[in-house]
Amino acid sequence: MGELKVLGGGEDVAVTTRFSDLLQWARKWSLFQYPFVTACCGMEFMATAGPRYDIARFGAEAPRFSPRQSDVLWVVGTISQRQGPVVRRIWSQMADPKWVVAFGTCASCGGFYDNYTTIPGVDKVIPVDVYIPGCPPRPEAVLDGLMLLQEKIQKNDREPVIVPPKLVPENAPGRTGGEGP
Amino acid sequence: MSQSVVDRLQEQFGERVLESSDAFGDHELVIADGDWFEVATFLKEDASLAMDHFTDLTAIDHPERGDARFDVILMVRSSSSGARIRIRTRLSEGKELGTLTAVWPAANWAEREAWDMFGIAFSGHPDLRRILLYDEFVGHPLRKDYPIDRAQPLVPYRDTDEIDKLPPFGIEEGQPFARIDWEARLSGRDAQVSPAIGLQQGQRRTLSDSEAAQQLQARLAAKKAAADSAPAEGAEEGTGD
Repeated sequence: MGELKVLGGGEDVAVTTRFSDLLQWARKWSLFQYPFVTACCGMEFMATAGPRYDIARFGAEAPRFSPRQSDVLWVVGTISQRQGPVVRRIWSQMADPKWVVAFGTCASCGGFYDNYTTIPGVDKVIPVDVYIPGCPPRPEAVLDGLMLLQEKIQKNDREPVIVPPKLVPENAPGRTGGEGP
Repeated sequence: MSQSVVDRLQEQFGERVLESSDAFGDHELVIADGDWFEVATFLKEDASLAMDHFTDLTAIDHPERGDARFDVILMVRSSSSGARIRIRTRLSEGKELGTLTAVWPAANWAEREAWDMFGIAFSGHPDLRRILLYDEFVGHPLRKDYPIDRAQPLVPYRDTDEIDKLPPFGIEEGQPFARIDWEARLSGRDAQVSPAIGLQQGQRRTLSDSEAAQQLQARLAAKKAAADSAPAEGAEEGTGD
């Protein structure tokens, strides 16, 4: 790697890259989202979209309430068996390339709704790219998930990922008196 | 406060009021299922009662009772006097109750819910079909003999063996909290896995939290090591310039 050079504006320069990289870079910074909000996680979704956390910093501020115009399907909340055909149809109406984010525990694995009404994770119906755990997840975790998704888009990586837990130093194992199981 | 309601009903129906009870001021009367519509009409029409506010209609399943397994419970209130009363009747499986939609139109959806959840039919109901569940659903889920882990998906679940994306969860994740395999627990294996979900996710045993955390850390470390080694090669190529 050479020296970092700050360009003044008058130089003749060209930046070379691969076309696919440029395309993925453009895609990851202009994610149009379809919020499929069914439950209380929607409040945290609103907080993430609001000015304090400002999802617009990641180029993902434009919600599109038509699946034809959106790139990311946010499944925010519990998906009941009755909604299964609906969410599947919306997903199949989205144009490629498309990604799915399971927002919160219910969308990821059904949460504590372990009964006849609830699909145990939206991945039983549609493929999911990023899982964001939490009941509901904090906006920081949501932004972590969005950044994970951007990373995946840049690498063209379709392997599903889960937002890892943040280790807060004062909550680290051994710092508190309580012993884990 | 509702004692006057109880007195009035006992005065009117006498022996047909089978039982009455009072729990901290919540008065409840038990009547025969044949008197259901008549008592409801009297509650609404009688000038001194004037129970014009239909609060709720619900049911309880008691399969251990054998005959008359269902309790159907009606809760009403008078908006003029503020008095409340709860009317209960015992109903055998297969018997029908007269609908109360003619007395209180609000009973329409409550009776549909009782039909949906318990399979209690209300004769004369204008539109008795499922209200919360879908038409394809077989059975009535709040009956105690409905299998607790029986889901009836409208969309077939994806077969995780055939897809290119697998959920990144460890074997300890996505587990029910309260589902206890009592046979396994009593035999000493102590596995808290629902048979259906365990089969679906290929779970064989549970892990303690610490083991699960270690697995997660190891997986993350392996991923990080792989990610670190890939750009390092690229950097070495770049130094040739």
